[in-house]
Amino acid sequence: MFPSSFGYVAARSVEDALELMSKHGEDAKLLAGGHSLIPAMKLRLQSPRTLIDLGTVPGLRGIRVDNNELIIGALTVHSDIAASDLVRKNLPGLAEAASVIGDLQVRNRGTIGGSVAHADPGADFPVILTALNAGFIVRSAQGTRRIPVDDFFTDFFTTAMTANEILTGIHVPIPSTGTATTYTKLPHPASGYVVVSAGALIVRQPSGTCATARIAIGGLGSGPVRAIATEMELQGKPLTPQLIAGAALKAADESDPVDDSYASAEYKRHVATVYARKAIDAAVERAATN
Amino acid sequence: MTAEAESWAVPVSVTVNGVRHQATVEPRTLLVYFLREQLGLTGTHVGCDTSQCGACTVHLNSRAVKSCTVFAVQANGAEVTTIEGLADGDRFHPVQEGFREKHGLQCGYCTPGMIMTAVQLLQINPNPSDDEIKDALEGNLCRCTGYVNIVESIKWAADKMRNQL
Repeated sequence: MFPSSFGYVAARSVEDALELMSKHGEDAKLLAGGHSLIPAMKLRLQSPRTLIDLGTVPGLRGIRVDNNELIIGALTVHSDIAASDLVRKNLPGLAEAASVIGDLQVRNRGTIGGSVAHADPGADFPVILTALNAGFIVRSAQGTRRIPVDDFFTDFFTTAMTANEILTGIHVPIPSTGTATTYTKLPHPASGYVVVSAGALIVRQPSGTCATARIAIGGLGSGPVRAIATEMELQGKPLTPQLIAGAALKAADESDPVDDSYASAEYKRHVATVYARKAIDAAVERAATN
Repeated sequence: MTAEAESWAVPVSVTVNGVRHQATVEPRTLLVYFLREQLGLTGTHVGCDTSQCGACTVHLNSRAVKSCTVFAVQANGAEVTTIEGLADGDRFHPVQEGFREKHGLQCGYCTPGMIMTAVQLLQINPNPSDDEIKDALEGNLCRCTGYVNIVESIKWAADKMRNQL
């Protein structure tokens, strides 16, 4: 299968890419790892006239710490995130999410920036990044802005970025002691995409009380959904198994899933409560040993 | 700095199995077709052509990738290793030997991709468990259902490579 013909240009810098985007307008697409875009182009679901390759821009790949935040370059591939000591130590939930995307070859090529900019409702990163209260660093000719994760995923395959902006990185707060993060998913058995998934961030006080909880659920809508009712139920209370079980039952309260060919809405709602509980249980256990 | 114009025929320089190749490609040329049709390296197979089956797996800068989902232009300046580049002269790579010794193939169509993925697995993890091998092969499909012998082949290779050290 071949995509439609297109013109190719290797961007030399983010500024260069921005200039190319303004020159080519809607006929152009940015190419990162290509693991969503190339399949879509081969199926002729996308036929851009021009591809602007970000893979040739130096400095967009890598993971570093800055001011108590982890900064992940947009072109960082999933396998680098899964294997990163910085990520595994500080944000194991993010490493877990990165390690269950696609397969080994896909993780070697797919990028975190490409994944979140594509905003597939079956993707893993949007869910864990919502739980982690991440933000997105976005450049345009006017400058740089940060978009909080809760404002970023606006609809199916749609983000809050405008057509003249480029995602250059993702910043994730490094949690304090007693905080734990986890990610767990029910993958579709054929595609590996999310049927339902849950990401959790739990801040546990030494007394065993939950100081803060951020719980995100994937697979129930156009993008990740915060399980606010679950979070409220946990906050300020001792993290007993009974509390967690009751809180997890509210995991789908904010969602309105629809039936699809694989799973009914009712099933997804139920699985959301099960996976929310798994994620919270694992996070609480992890937090107790942090 | 003025941005360059886009190009419809792109010069690329790709080192494949240690040999540098300079060529001009249409941007939509996929790496697998560049390897098979422009360089004549037909050991890399096209299976599903939708980045699922892994028959097209090659190493791009030492990492296993699906070459049906990479444009040749993205490999500009990179090093590619295909199944043809694994053997050392007449001596098979231990993973190739393992597939022979443990009968890790039936029709052989998936084999080049299986081997390229297995080689990377053993670089990361020289002593994988059965489950770790199965996890690593998630992106490689065998329609002859030869998975049991494929896992055995990779374990055989892992043993041999560890004993050579």
